[in-house]
Amino acid sequence: MNGLHVSGLSVTLGGNRILSDVSFDVEPGHVVGLIGANGAGKSTALKAVLGIVAPEAGDIRVGEQDVVDLSPRERAKKLSYVPQGAPVHWPLTAERLVGLGRTPHLTPWQDVTDADQAMIRCVMQETDCWHLRDRLVTTLSGGERSRVLLARTMAVGAPFMLADEPTSSLDPLHQLQVMDIMRGQSACGAGVLVVLHDLSFALRYCDRLVLLHQGGVLASGSPAEVLTDANLETAFQVKVARWAEGGEQFLAPHAANGG
Amino acid sequence: MIRALGQNGMSLNVTLVAIILIVALMSGMFGQVDLDLVQLGTAVFGPADSPEAIIVRELRLPRVLLAILAGASLGYSGAALQGLLRNPLADPGVIGVSASASLGAVIAIYMGLAALTPVAIPVMAMVGAFASTAILMLLASRDASVLTLILAGIGISSLATAAIALVMNFTTSPVTVQEMVMWMLGSLENRTFDDLTLAGPFIVAGWIVMMGVGQGLNALSLGEDAAHTLGIDLKRLRWRVVLGTALSVGATVSVCGAVGFVGLVVPHMVRAVIGYEPRRLLLPSALLGAILMMLADILTRLPIGHGQLRLGVVMAIIGAPVFLYIVFKTRESMR
Repeated sequence: MNGLHVSGLSVTLGGNRILSDVSFDVEPGHVVGLIGANGAGKSTALKAVLGIVAPEAGDIRVGEQDVVDLSPRERAKKLSYVPQGAPVHWPLTAERLVGLGRTPHLTPWQDVTDADQAMIRCVMQETDCWHLRDRLVTTLSGGERSRVLLARTMAVGAPFMLADEPTSSLDPLHQLQVMDIMRGQSACGAGVLVVLHDLSFALRYCDRLVLLHQGGVLASGSPAEVLTDANLETAFQVKVARWAEGGEQFLAPHAANGG
Repeated sequence: MIRALGQNGMSLNVTLVAIILIVALMSGMFGQVDLDLVQLGTAVFGPADSPEAIIVRELRLPRVLLAILAGASLGYSGAALQGLLRNPLADPGVIGVSASASLGAVIAIYMGLAALTPVAIPVMAMVGAFASTAILMLLASRDASVLTLILAGIGISSLATAAIALVMNFTTSPVTVQEMVMWMLGSLENRTFDDLTLAGPFIVAGWIVMMGVGQGLNALSLGEDAAHTLGIDLKRLRWRVVLGTALSVGATVSVCGAVGFVGLVVPHMVRAVIGYEPRRLLLPSALLGAILMMLADILTRLPIGHGQLRLGVVMAIIGAPVFLYIVFKTRESMR
């Protein structure tokens, strides 16, 4: 009952129905992958849960609590967010940027306290970016920057983390690092909801998957239950090759029309 | 030394306050009648009927106080708007309040209201500022994205500028046109405590509305969605900055004329010392704005161009090269 529970979520944007009757749960300690083709409504689902877009219908609860009843700050303390592309508009130092994650815990007049500072140091060490603390974010490489932005989200200390394609535009090594950090978060008891395009990552890193198709849930459950040939062909119009190596499962898509 | 100040926001602010006091003293001393420190002290604290006392208390004191209020308003609003719009080119003019206040003043001059009462021009300018803010709020109230806000502001600004041209077009007397142009170039000359009591409350009200927006502006560095998920009420933040700017800058323009560049340049000067964090820029920008305004006002008293040098002109002439220098210096980090 401590999880993030979404049921009957429907969203209409600009007259278009983006999501209809979507339900899923994220339990503490789990990584839940939200997958689906472009336009299936993954990002919108995340934004609706976070209150960035207003749902038309649906019930979103954290534990027993309806998020509608929470103040923006209370909601912010429970749900943290890694936006897609994660823009940074000013060249702040990495440490101050990570410190922004403490915002929901401070009064409008307060700056980060010593306790916040300890938390900032902790998450920056965890994401291996403490040595970058005095660098301006504009001078960081893509991989360094994504770790700093992840640390920013972790600094919120929320029980649930929602990440929108955190591995996009990263090279393979940094993609793996980011996914390992996500796993680390769930190992510490957080519930992680992550939008993924890489089906191999979905298979290997997620405890549960929710496959969206045309605004609805096509399948949800364990990766093995969701990533069936039939489901993937319906949702992505691809076939997949599967193999195992070193005890790990892998999966690579190829064109459905025999290509 | 400047680097050392940048490490600590508090010592920068203390330094700026000290400079404000020194420049304020200079502003009390220099003018058509130069006074030394002793004469200035006697004028302020001694008998009220000496010529020096009249000059200082009736003319220079309100001028200094207005320069501080006006400069601080322009500096603070500029820093807040740049943070809100996440655009280093934003200044208080971007929401259309300066042009609209100028329109109000030009109409007052056109209708000859200034002859009836000396407060006619500032009152009409404030009416212009508030009318434009009301229109902006109507246009951009529903789901006001930052882009809508900027575009609506530019539209209002253009409309007000066009209306100013139209009023000038219809003005037959060259003397009246001259009066309009001189007003728009900005000045603190011959301002009295009446101007101060008229504009002061609105300026301070604007500051109060904008107090404590720093945390929200900091969060906005990560974009609107991320700021929202950090618990920031974006709609409220937007209207606090817009309304605070409208009040304080509207009132500033109404008594000083349209003085440009302070709101644009000052945040950049502060960034060069203290970095880009929007919250840390706010107070130093207000303090530096006050300093620049007083310095520019002192320069207008120099016997250049037969004492005709206007505040807005001095500010732009100093401000633009400083701005270009900063753009040149910071071009690396803006990439």
